[in-house]
Amino acid sequence: MLLLIEQILNGLQFGLLLFLLAAGLTLVFGIMDFVNLAHGSLYMMGAYFAATFVAWTGSFLLGAILALGATLLLGIVLEFTALRHLYGRDHLDHVLATFGLILFFNEAVRLIWGPAGLALPLPDWLTVPVVILPGVHYPAYRLAIIVVALAVALLLYLGVMRTRIGMLIRAGASNREMIGALGINIKLLYTLVFGLGAALAGLAGLMEAPILTVQIGMGENILILAFVVIVIGGIGSIRGAFVAAILVGLIDTLGRAFLPNLLREILSSSAASTAAPALSSMLIYLLMAMVLVVRPEGLFPATRR
Amino acid sequence: MKALLNVRNAVAALLVAGLLLLPLYSSLSGNVFVLTLFTRIVIMALAASSLNLIMGYGGMMSFGHAAYLGIGGYAVGILAQEGIGSGFIQWPVALAASALYALVIGALSLRTRGVYFIMITLAFAQMAYYVASGLSRYGGDDGLTIYKRSEFAGLINLSNRVQFYYLCLACLLSGVFLIWRIVNSRFGMVVQGLRSNELRMQAIGFPAKRYQLACFVIAGTICGLAGALLADNTDFISPAVMYWTRSGDLMVMVILGGMGTLFGPAIGAVVYLLLEELLSQITEYSGLILGPLLLLIVLFGRGGIMGLLGRFEGG
Repeated sequence: MLLLIEQILNGLQFGLLLFLLAAGLTLVFGIMDFVNLAHGSLYMMGAYFAATFVAWTGSFLLGAILALGATLLLGIVLEFTALRHLYGRDHLDHVLATFGLILFFNEAVRLIWGPAGLALPLPDWLTVPVVILPGVHYPAYRLAIIVVALAVALLLYLGVMRTRIGMLIRAGASNREMIGALGINIKLLYTLVFGLGAALAGLAGLMEAPILTVQIGMGENILILAFVVIVIGGIGSIRGAFVAAILVGLIDTLGRAFLPNLLREILSSSAASTAAPALSSMLIYLLMAMVLVVRPEGLFPATRR
Repeated sequence: MKALLNVRNAVAALLVAGLLLLPLYSSLSGNVFVLTLFTRIVIMALAASSLNLIMGYGGMMSFGHAAYLGIGGYAVGILAQEGIGSGFIQWPVALAASALYALVIGALSLRTRGVYFIMITLAFAQMAYYVASGLSRYGGDDGLTIYKRSEFAGLINLSNRVQFYYLCLACLLSGVFLIWRIVNSRFGMVVQGLRSNELRMQAIGFPAKRYQLACFVIAGTICGLAGALLADNTDFISPAVMYWTRSGDLMVMVILGGMGTLFGPAIGAVVYLLLEELLSQITEYSGLILGPLLLLIVLFGRGGIMGLLGRFEGG
């Protein structure tokens, strides 16, 4: 039971991280109709920036904030120099160009930080276990991730739905020419949205950094998961991304934790230990396949233009 | 009817002639490395050509094509591990396994289109990657060493470099020939029609999904053959061959050479892999150049090398 609660929380935390990553992807896709494979690279850069700035400043919070700003800036520069010329082009062009960017970022990181991974140590006040229920301890840092990610999700929702800039973003998504004709600087708006997406990816990266090592290619595996999330949730839908991210996070974590034991009940132990790792890593893809069979447009399809 | 003699055909003919004569150069100059390198290039050219069938002619942007390389390779590797060394069993199994995977993945993925299709094929290939990583009996993450190459009852010796190279080249040329025949058949015309306007083709009465799925399976099967060759070439198979960046590489080869042209992907494979090899000899950080180069090709080089040559003719 204790293990179950802990694993559910772990799944929730992983799902929320996935949401931060998927939200940026789906925002950029929904509004600019742009497929950004290099989103995982921004996640990686967020983690590297955080490791560097935390080491420089000696403060975790200050370093994290600096890293967030740096990723935002990087996103804006990237959009301004290269990616904005690709809007309106074929999706395949987006895929290839951003694939090139991944190669570039991986090598650039190797050149600057070296091939070995970095560690991002946590400050003492984040390493203590917290009592969440009588007798149930949970690491403070993982709890902090859950809280921060939920807060960001809420802010994102309020920002897109309740503010003037959010209104402009939604208007830009539904009719680009019209909003331009009304005198809104659509290019600037797009740059801002891309920067926001980059910052969200960077936030996910820097929050995950103390749990995993900061290393080259760390953004690639999780990027695929973010793709799975937005395919399940419906591309362009933030609400869909949220629901799907939590779903994927929980299923993946719980599957890895409990599937081996479940299989051992049914199969012989040697067959179970062979099949379990492969099967538990397949779970979310099976979920995706099932969603596709029932609803090819995802759970919450964004309204057609 | 376009003229048979033009720059593009000349380049393709030159490529084929060059590939045919390569072992001669290799033995005369004593440069064995170039033969090893080109064996790999020829295999990847076959894989890229098969991707071109669905991507260039069929308009299906699969980002998971490297999965078939892995499936074909693992079919050979696993059978070899279990003591079945005959290529007459290994290769058909490799083809059948790839076809089966393509059938299942295609049936699911073709329910969607556009970006969804790109992402779903990508995700399924990544699933195949994780499944292979989980096969602890067959090396898991570390991969599987193949101690004995496929045996063809003494007809051909795969351990002989030159014989193996010519086998790969024969596979490539027959693969390209097959694709040419498919593209110019009624079936191929329907598939290309579906790329241009699916709604109209359906209105005429063609069952769109069935045609696309058949095309998807054919391409996957051809790539499975490339996978079997690749495994025999390296005497090794690991999940890394189906990592998603490998699928990206295949896509790049197709685009670089010219999507929807017969010899474009083969030329793209030669250029891309040679460039990669060259850059890695000059600098340790080849991605720093290759990455932005890709970006520039996408931004400015529409139609790839074949497109460029076509413009050269003024056609």
